[in-house]
Amino acid sequence: MQTPENSYCLPDARGHFGKYGGIFVAETLIPALEELRLAYEAAKADAAFRAEFEYDLKYYVGRPSPIYHAKRWSGLLGGAQIYLKREDLNHTGAHKVNNCIGQALLARRMGKKRVIAETGAGMHGVATATVAARYGMECVVYMGAEDIRRQAANVYRMKLLGATVVPVESGSKTLKDALNEAMRDWVTNVADTFYIIGTVAGPHPYPMMVRDFQSVIGAECKIQMPELVGRQPDAVIACVGGGSNAMGIFYDYIPLAGVRLIGVEAAGLGIDSGKHAASITAGTPGVLHGNRTYLLQDKNGQIIETHSVSAGLDYPGVGPEHAWLHDSGRAEYVTVDDEEALQAFRDLCHVEGIIPALESSHAIAYAAKLAPTLAKDQVLLVNLSGRGDKDMHTVAERSGIQF
Amino acid sequence: MSRIPATFWRLAAASRKALIPFITAGDPEPGLTVGLMHALVAGGADIIELGVPFSDPMADGPTIQRASERALAYGVSLHIVLGMVREFRKQDDVTPVVLMGYANPIEAYGAEAFVADAVAAGVDGVLVVDYPPEECAGFAAQMKGAGLDPIFLLAPTSTAARFAEVAQMGSGYIYYVSLKGVTGAANLDLDAVAQRIPAIREKVGMPVGVGFGIRDGAAAARIAAVADAVVIGSRIIEEIENSPRDQAAVRVTAFLRGIRNAMDGGNP
Ligand SMILES: Cc1ncc(COP(=O)(O)O)c(C=O)c1O
Repeated sequence: MQTPENSYCLPDARGHFGKYGGIFVAETLIPALEELRLAYEAAKADAAFRAEFEYDLKYYVGRPSPIYHAKRWSGLLGGAQIYLKREDLNHTGAHKVNNCIGQALLARRMGKKRVIAETGAGMHGVATATVAARYGMECVVYMGAEDIRRQAANVYRMKLLGATVVPVESGSKTLKDALNEAMRDWVTNVADTFYIIGTVAGPHPYPMMVRDFQSVIGAECKIQMPELVGRQPDAVIACVGGGSNAMGIFYDYIPLAGVRLIGVEAAGLGIDSGKHAASITAGTPGVLHGNRTYLLQDKNGQIIETHSVSAGLDYPGVGPEHAWLHDSGRAEYVTVDDEEALQAFRDLCHVEGIIPALESSHAIAYAAKLAPTLAKDQVLLVNLSGRGDKDMHTVAERSGIQF
Repeated sequence: MSRIPATFWRLAAASRKALIPFITAGDPEPGLTVGLMHALVAGGADIIELGVPFSDPMADGPTIQRASERALAYGVSLHIVLGMVREFRKQDDVTPVVLMGYANPIEAYGAEAFVADAVAAGVDGVLVVDYPPEECAGFAAQMKGAGLDPIFLLAPTSTAARFAEVAQMGSGYIYYVSLKGVTGAANLDLDAVAQRIPAIREKVGMPVGVGFGIRDGAAAARIAAVADAVVIGSRIIEEIENSPRDQAAVRVTAFLRGIRNAMDGGNP
């Protein structure tokens, strides 16, 4: 969570990160967002709330997650040493659960008995369904009809956990449309429902709150890296869909000017093909889903369909804090395409015996490009945001294998 | 200056309430929109709300989402919508036109250019669903400066402090969202709305229109008894959806006449 010694203090009182962020929603939700902001600020200042959050992260999620030195792979690449922050070892298999526990505890504190969520790859949906079961809450997950088809195993996992999965047939039938539909549910059931957004997007206070809950990742790294290598890393690398795993690992490193922060966006079939999900690299500022940020849009301001082999990166926007970190120059944003991500996926399986999520494989692929250009004593810290079991189907299909 | 205040003065003088139908520009196809606008006026519309299609209409229910998708399939942009208003103005220089839509197409157009072009095209007011007052002070001031009315929403969840804020920044009329939900929802509670409106009218000092979920003459008459204007959207879009294209205009006029009669105290 954000601490007083942290000199960086964005967003401002109305949720702005420079010109990004803010609250761009219809009037009906304004009071609900204000109620949420006040409840969150009170919870954050309450030692009992923080203790409960930390207890569940430790005993339910299994934190702290270890950092692993990928020695063999670093050796083969022949340059910088690569360290992996193992968010894949969390309960439910990704970083998403950190945020879900925080928001579910807040929902309980606010007396809300029903939680809703949007999901793309299904990881946030599974994490939300999991914590809803754990805290005895009704759970409804909105998922694009197209993603339901691509991620059948996760759909079944959510149902096993007691959640209702609602297919979304509007628009492009993917994550952005699921988010629209979850917002429509929230506006209708605002009195008794808590909307658990899965990334650092949405209207204020979501980008700040999700970042704070996920910042446990970077806070642990800041302690673990000196223990492992005697110092902080030279660069921190994370994939960026909406940007929650990246904000989570970046946040505590923002004040350390010597640490490069590198966000990796999905280039899909290549930036020039137009079929990608690289909002910062190839997008322009606009307003979507309650905040101002970089968007993939046409010249008329219509949001365009994105493509990535990884469903979790298949989003036409990005958290507003990343937009700000980009413009301010504090973080760099680069891209990795489908083929490069798949190659990194296979390499990590073969060389280190770790099956990474396809999302995380984008960060790994960039580390594999960067490492050989650096000296052997340089240290790269990569956020391994999730495990790849959910992606078996996608990868097998591309190799022509049917289960 | 916008045509909206004069419209409400005229109606008040005649002890009538405004009927404000909503259609999405370009639905079911761009060539029909201007004709449909005239058909709305023929049916008794006092103001027309013209929806600007957007790929991610977060505040809209399935009916208006479908209308938006149909229009977008024809590539209907904000430029094209302004062209439709210009065309409409060739025959009707009296009926106010309010554009209703989302922030992103306006930002992509460029707010300043949009305000200038909207005035030139004959637009009277603009309602941007995802621009609450705190995010659009500059834009609202630009609009007012150019003679356009910035129309704001109030909702069942709005606080009293909010009424004052919206009253100060908005002009033309206030759009009261009748229910917690999206356009076209079926959970309209007429008694709750009727109870809420008098206090809002008093606080905002401008006409109050009510919309979301109004589907028939009876509901329109109930609302007209307490508010200054009745907004009907999804039900008209359904009428258009269910008509053969060459009969859509005639059917819309007939439907609206029924509503108008009910509001004016005749038989629904
Ligand atoms: C393992 C994993 N990593 C990353 C992401 C992308 O989200 P974010 O950019 O918010 O971390 C997802 C989203 O589903 C995911 O499942």
